[in-house]
Amino acid sequence: MKHKLSISCSKSNLLKIRHFVADQLVSINLSEVELHKLVLAVDEVCANLIIHSNHCNPTKKIDVIIDLIGSEQIQFTIKDKGISFDLNKYQEPSMNEIVSSGRKGGVGLILVKRIMDKIEFSTEKNYNICRLTKNLGK
Amino acid sequence: MVKIDTISEDNYHLIQVNGEIDASSSIELDAALKEASENTSKILIDLTSLEYISSAGLGVFISYLEELKKKEVSLVIFGLKEKVHEVFEILGLQHLMNIVETKEEAVKAVNEA
Repeated sequence: MKHKLSISCSKSNLLKIRHFVADQLVSINLSEVELHKLVLAVDEVCANLIIHSNHCNPTKKIDVIIDLIGSEQIQFTIKDKGISFDLNKYQEPSMNEIVSSGRKGGVGLILVKRIMDKIEFSTEKNYNICRLTKNLGK
Repeated sequence: MVKIDTISEDNYHLIQVNGEIDASSSIELDAALKEASENTSKILIDLTSLEYISSAGLGVFISYLEELKKKEVSLVIFGLKEKVHEVFEILGLQHLMNIVETKEEAVKAVNEA
């Protein structure tokens, strides 16, 4: 069963994205903490795409697709046409590096990696695609 | 989205955060922390009514850790809901920040620091 939200690249839309994800996952028997973590992971990816890939340009859109695969797996697909992200070039900073630098960013993708079981970035037909997979019961 | 109130108590500043902090609202937390860090050496953050925090909000807290240490400003956070506490724990922030359950514990901790 797939659910899709197409929304413009504005930071103020992050709340709508979070509500969409939470609403679609309500049928699954997740704890409040688990649900919150999944919503967070999608929010982090969308915030990165809105801010860094699309420079908060409201004429650009991102698609969020939620695919409930039986009762065992959830797949989130986030598509956009902005600047693509190369996961292979991403080096996860240590918390010590982030703290000592005093910078405000840098922990979003760490959260996504620790929450999800699989993260894939690809490019298909002019779309950048980020696919997040969560195996339930883990 | 988020409502932040700063209350000046006897010897500390209490910052109450209500609602949700994400990439669109973290700037307000940043402003509140900046102001408190310039005007007091003891800061309490009440997260009892915080329903959501993303990396943007966590990043604000993290960005002040070194500066507060240098300025000898103590910061204690309290009242985290389980779902919010979990996010702090995923990053191991409980080892980098002083996080307690109640305001009473927070007041004690900030005065002992």
